[in-house]
Order: sequence, then structure tokens, then C-alpha cells
Amino acid sequence: MPDQLLFAAEVTLNGLMAGVLYALVALGFVLIYKASGIFNYAQGVMALFAALTLVGIMDGQVPFSHLINAIFGTEVHHFGWHVPAVAAILLTIVVMVVLAWAVNRFIFRHLVNQEPIILFMATIGLAYFLEGFGDLMWGSDIKKLDVGLPQGINLWIDETTYNAFGYGFFIDNLDIVATVIAALLVIGLVIFSQYTKQGRALRAVADDHQAALSVGISLNFIWVLVWSVAGFVALVAGIMWGAKSGVQFSLSLIALKALPVLMLGGFTSIPGAIVGGLIIGVGEKLFEFLIGPLVGGATENWFAYVLALLFLVFRPQGLFGEKIIERV
Amino acid sequence: MKDTVESYTTPDGRTIGGVLMEMKNITLRFGGVVAIKDISFDIREGEIRAIIGPNGAGKSSMLNVISGFYKPQEGEVWFRGERRGPVKPYQVAREGIARTFQNIALFEGMTVLDNVMTGRITHMKAGLPAQALWWGKAQNEEVANRAHVERVIDFLEIQAIRKTPVGRLPYGLKKRVELARALAAEPKLLLLDEPMAGMNVEEKEDMSRFILDVNDEFGTTIALIEHDMGVVMDLSDRVVVMDYGKKIGDGTPDEVRGNQDVIDAYLGVAHD
Repeated sequence: MPDQLLFAAEVTLNGLMAGVLYALVALGFVLIYKASGIFNYAQGVMALFAALTLVGIMDGQVPFSHLINAIFGTEVHHFGWHVPAVAAILLTIVVMVVLAWAVNRFIFRHLVNQEPIILFMATIGLAYFLEGFGDLMWGSDIKKLDVGLPQGINLWIDETTYNAFGYGFFIDNLDIVATVIAALLVIGLVIFSQYTKQGRALRAVADDHQAALSVGISLNFIWVLVWSVAGFVALVAGIMWGAKSGVQFSLSLIALKALPVLMLGGFTSIPGAIVGGLIIGVGEKLFEFLIGPLVGGATENWFAYVLALLFLVFRPQGLFGEKIIERV
Repeated sequence: MKDTVESYTTPDGRTIGGVLMEMKNITLRFGGVVAIKDISFDIREGEIRAIIGPNGAGKSSMLNVISGFYKPQEGEVWFRGERRGPVKPYQVAREGIARTFQNIALFEGMTVLDNVMTGRITHMKAGLPAQALWWGKAQNEEVANRAHVERVIDFLEIQAIRKTPVGRLPYGLKKRVELARALAAEPKLLLLDEPMAGMNVEEKEDMSRFILDVNDEFGTTIALIEHDMGVVMDLSDRVVVMDYGKKIGDGTPDEVRGNQDVIDAYLGVAHD
């Protein structure tokens, strides 16, 4: 096989792996958008907040230590213990559920029946609040997140491909793990929404609020549930992203990359979020590899957005979105 | 009007029991507009109770008070011998009151079967962990619920469209699916908001037959709002007549038909 083709194949594989992370963030958006019509700008910050909380709990950090020290003149920073990863993840899930409850209790319950733009503005507010809150709670330094996921080059793939093609593919173990976990997550979500009572209720709420109420579904409960699930998805995305490049505040910017993913896949489709994420991941890596050298590189910054723009012109509902047809 | 509380048997052999629901001095205002003014009436077990009146009389508002969508400023709602506190619509549904809507509220993206299955949500008790493991209780529950839903689907003769997404159905069938969903909940009280609005004569006849059959076979108590006077008089055991938010008549179809206020309201006599 010619070298160029082998490189392209490797780039494609790596693009798929990057796409999985985009897809994970986009998934959180889709869940909330479907159930409540809210475009949750804070989804990226939720991933950051989840990752910060996870690291903080694992390291036994004292929450709000700066604030406590400033008020009481104390010098506390650490409890002096380390929590095992699994326990810390469970605790973080609890924190995300509490967050989901608080978001609904204090923000969205007061905004029922408001215009979408108002709900959207509320989530922008939530995003900045949560970023500041995360800073205040856990500090703003870049943190290392290690929950024991394998990292580094996968030697088996490297060797196998070297023996077969005379060129070893570089695939990060972490990316493989991320892909597997994302696949399990999606399967889990599909089973949840298709085969459980709560899943059925969730689809009902997504479709028609009034009808859902009339069959005995509590909208508040479903909204807290869906924000909790989105919080859980954010945690998974936060763990993957954090393990890859450290937990830092730029993590919240990944939310922006999820936008073109959603335009491609459609705002209301779970498979759309996955496929959209993969297309953007592969597309931007391949484009950079093939066209990048011709135009001076750095195409990864804009490729996704231009692709999304093209989709907006020719297929505004996305690949899997519902086409809106209004009867007149 | 039959004001005895004892049960009695109708000429066609159905048994009407004691009071199931009682509205006492209900007043509902929207800002300065009075939608319902000091109305009292009751609904007895097993009967078909109609609420009629000209446009804007407050019929739908009354139905929305019963189903918890509107909260009256004054008055008491009694259901099965207990006074109801401030409730949300979903709590009312869980108490056993199912309803349909004037403008059809179905889950358009789901199939007919899934729509009717949502009617069983109040009957599904297994928690998330049990369902996650898909063992015993949750599975038996799903099978039992599914069996009941299939019975309702057969009963309303919509087997042929079981797997069709509701969004693709014509208006008349949508109305029937909505009735199926409400019926799937095995309600103690079934509220129908203009079940025949916008239907042609044949569809109206079908719907009338289904309403009578539901009442007859399952003994379901039904309260319905309807414009079509002929239909109402044929279907119902007792009728409440509303006009401008007030109750102007209450009784059997024959009694109501002879009531001068009711005749005035329908023929349009100037209000003083």
C-alpha cells in the first residue's frame, strides 16, 4: 500500500476517535433539547464542572478553600485523604444530580412557557455562573486527571499494522477506551429511552407537554431526570477530555465544537449526534491532512463551521433531524 | 333531576351509583374575566354526564378545573368522598381521572401503540433498577400492561394502525387514538373535551357508539363537553347547561330541553 494511503487511513482512525469526544458533548445537548426545547449553552461548562469536581474529590481538596481561608483566616486546602476513582465518580454523579435539581428548581421552573431565546439566555447565564462557581469551589489551576484509564500508544495495533503494511499506526489507548465507553453509553441511553417507563415518559414529554401531564407524567421530575442524565454524559466527556489534556477552563470551549456537530446531525437525534461527531472528527483531520498543506494549514479551526454552514444552506434540519412541516 | 344518592337502574339496564365527583361553588377568574361563576354540580358513578352551552360559556374551563389544569379561586372539588387540595394535572391523572383534549394532544412522533402505552404510565410501578435488570416484576408488569393496551386497541377498532406514527393519521382516527390512550389508564372518571368536534356524520356515529360501549362494558363514568345538541341528548344521562360562566340548567336531557333559560341561551335572547 502506498504511504500516502496509509497515512490517510491512520488520520481517519484518529479522526474517528476525536469525533467520539465531540459526539459525547453533542449528546448532552440533544438530550436536554429534545426533552425541554432548551438549547443548553452550559453543556460544555457542565463537563468542566464535573471534571473539576471529580479531581477535587479524588485529591481530597477542601471545596471553597479560598473563600473559607479568606473569611476565617485559616489555611486549609486538603483533607489529607485520597478517594479511589470509582467512589469519586459516584460522588460526582451525586453532585451532578443535585446540580440538575437546582438548575430546574431555581431557574427553569420559573421560565416555563417562555420564548426559546429567553431559555437560551438563561443557559448562557448558567454557563458563566457555573464557570465562576467551579473556580470558587475548586480553584482555577490546571489539574491532572488520572482515573486509571490506559494511556499511550497501543503497541498491539502498532505491531500488527507494522507487520501487515510495513507501517505502524499510532493509536492512543485512551482513544480506544473513550470509543468503547461512548458506545456503551449510547447503547445504554437507547435502551433507557426505548424500554423503561421513565424513558417512555421522557419521549412523551419531548413530544407534547400537555398530553404528558394528562397521562400522569410530572414534567419537573422528567426535567430533573434529563438534566441528571445530561450531567452524567458531561461527566463522561469531562473525564475523557480531562485525561487527554488535563482539566482546565478551556474545556468549556469544547461546547462550541459541538455546535457544528449538532447542525450536521440534527438537534433532536441521538444517532445524529454520534454520526455528526464522527463526521466532523474525521472530516477535519482528513481535510487538514489533504488540503491543509495547500492553504497553509490550521484548517481544523474553521473546517467544522464551514461544513455546518453548508449543511444549513442545503439541509437545515441536519442529517437525522425532523423536518418541520407546518400544515396551513 | 334525580337527587337521591341511592343507586338506581337506567331504562337500558345500567346501574348508576353514588356521587363520584362533586364540584361545590366553583369560581374561576382570569384577571378580571370571570370564566366560571359559583357553579355546583355532581357526577355520579357510572353515568354519562354532559356539560353543554354556547361558545365561551366556560365548559372547557370547567373540564380543566376537574383535570387540574386550572385552579379555581373559590370552591371545593370533591372526588371519591375526599376534598381535593391544590393539585397538579399529573397528580389528578394518577388519582384516576383521564382526559382528551379539544385540539387533540397526542405524541405525534410515536406510534399508535406507544401512544396508548403511555396511558399505562400510572400503572407502572417497577423502579429504574428493577427495569434496568429487566427481571421479574418489571417484565410481568410490561406484559400485563401490554395485554391491557391490546384489549383497548381491539375495542376501539384501531388494530390496523397499531404501528403507524400518529402524525400520519387523519383527524377522526387521531381522536379515537386519544380516547384509547385515556381508556388505557382504566380511569375512574373519563373527561372528553368535544369528542366529536370537526367530525363528519359517520365519524360522529362511530364515536357515539364507542362512548356508549365504553360506559356500558367497563362501567366508566364519563363527563363530556359537546356542541352537537342531538348527540348530547342521545348519549347522556344528565346534562349541565352553562352560559356566560353560570349554570342555567341541570337535569335529564328532557328536563333540560324544556328549560326556558336553556332555550333562551341557545336561541339567543338579549341578556339584561
